[in-house]
Amino acid sequence: MAVTVRIPAPLRKLTGGSSDVPAQGATIAAIIDNIEASHPGLKARLCDETGGIRPFVNIYLNDEDIRFLDGPDTRLADGDLVSIVPAIAGGA
Amino acid sequence: MVNAKTTSKILGLKCRECGSAYPAEAIHVCEFCFGPLEVDYDYAAIGKTLTRETIQAGPLSLWRYAALLPVDGPPTVGLHVGMTPLVHAKNLGRKLGLNHLYVKNDTVNHPTLSFKDRVVSVAISRAREFGYKTVACASTGNLANSVSAHAAEANLGCYVFIPSNLEAGKVLGNLVYNPTVLAVDGNYDDVNRLCSEIASEYPWAFVNINVRPYYAEGSKTLAFETAEQLGWRAPDHVVAPMASGSLYTKIRKGLTELAKLGIIDEHPTRMHGAQATGCSPIARAFEEGRAFVRPVKPDTIAKSLAIGNPADGFYALKTAQETDGRMAHVSDDEIVEGIKLLAECEGIFAETAGGVTIGCLRKLAEAGTFGKDDVVVAYITGNGLKTQEAVQGKVGDVVRISPSLTDFENKFSLEDKGASVAQAKAAGRG
Repeated sequence: MAVTVRIPAPLRKLTGGSSDVPAQGATIAAIIDNIEASHPGLKARLCDETGGIRPFVNIYLNDEDIRFLDGPDTRLADGDLVSIVPAIAGGA
Repeated sequence: MVNAKTTSKILGLKCRECGSAYPAEAIHVCEFCFGPLEVDYDYAAIGKTLTRETIQAGPLSLWRYAALLPVDGPPTVGLHVGMTPLVHAKNLGRKLGLNHLYVKNDTVNHPTLSFKDRVVSVAISRAREFGYKTVACASTGNLANSVSAHAAEANLGCYVFIPSNLEAGKVLGNLVYNPTVLAVDGNYDDVNRLCSEIASEYPWAFVNINVRPYYAEGSKTLAFETAEQLGWRAPDHVVAPMASGSLYTKIRKGLTELAKLGIIDEHPTRMHGAQATGCSPIARAFEEGRAFVRPVKPDTIAKSLAIGNPADGFYALKTAQETDGRMAHVSDDEIVEGIKLLAECEGIFAETAGGVTIGCLRKLAEAGTFGKDDVVVAYITGNGLKTQEAVQGKVGDVVRISPSLTDFENKFSLEDKGASVAQAKAAGRG
């Protein structure tokens, strides 16, 4: 699947400043591996040592938090937008 | 954007998770682990000059604690925020079997009647030091009201983002200050996500996103004031509402800082958290003994607490564990009962979040959490006039009469009449 990954400001040093990165993969987990191949270093920021997505990282497929879908196994379709958003925001 | 220079008080920002150090700029997330950045203070320097006396010589506002707030210069906006009453709630205490129950009453905070004026006055004073000309926020209502009001005072551009289903009073409470109000078709978590993305693209000070490390510190003043108002001591118990969990964790931080600096004695305050059952991701995680919070889709009348994906949930859980605290949650009906109970006992009209706090306070009291002579402080963070929808039709109605003594007397039975006439006469003489 060909999708677009939206990169938040704190990670753009790793993408040469790009906010949108094209990627290929059938699931969220595959997409993370794919953008790691094109932009080395990204995976370590998103995933901890065990490979799980870090607790302070939110990943959305289009408009939905993947924790309400199938997490890293969430399946993707062509043209989907995957957004990486820092979890620390909002409230007081 | 102008970077504020490092001063002797603020050493910089530090990641709460991995400890990475950053300059004190308008950033909020660690580049390495995405953990939250926190202000790193030079407590040794602060401790050299800060005493009870220097605090008491300060203004009658939260700025008497400026030494422990993350601004470099004198504050420039929100100079009258804070120092709200700490009310000894004797009637409510009697009902709950508590001799020393206090209510920290931020329903009367200046200028927008919620605790958010605390965080916003700090955030916008800091944003001005950074040189920002526009402020913004993602809000469940109270925050947007406060950002709108303070932006007006500070002559700043203002964009506030709210869920489209907010209470009428909270929407109007933005519009009157003439900001740009974006009503987002979604819940707060949708608003927050949108704002996080906008904050990456626009040179605005989003008070609870890129300025969040400074903003969140304003909540500590709830603890500072409570300690001072109790005669320089920490309470035995705190009961505080939780949305993101930030306020709850910052109250503890405030108490800890005062003890660390010798302003108050060390004291093991137990921190108890309150949520609405319809949005209780933190309380549920606590119940289930989980160290992580599973996001939920909120469904509660307590819209100001309706954050399904709480940023500080992890730290709130830790705070409860470390302080032997408890967490409780209450249904929408119990929230309304809580609002009425506080109003009828103490004459304080709280918004739905206050109903959550009082409902949970009652549950915790009934569960035997408090000793009868323990000092218990419940934090009431917003004003009931902003969430009138919650209690409409659930309180008594007026007695309609014509302007005639006969009609008046006809409305009461003989027994009632005696009492009522006596009261009316007494009132007339008074």
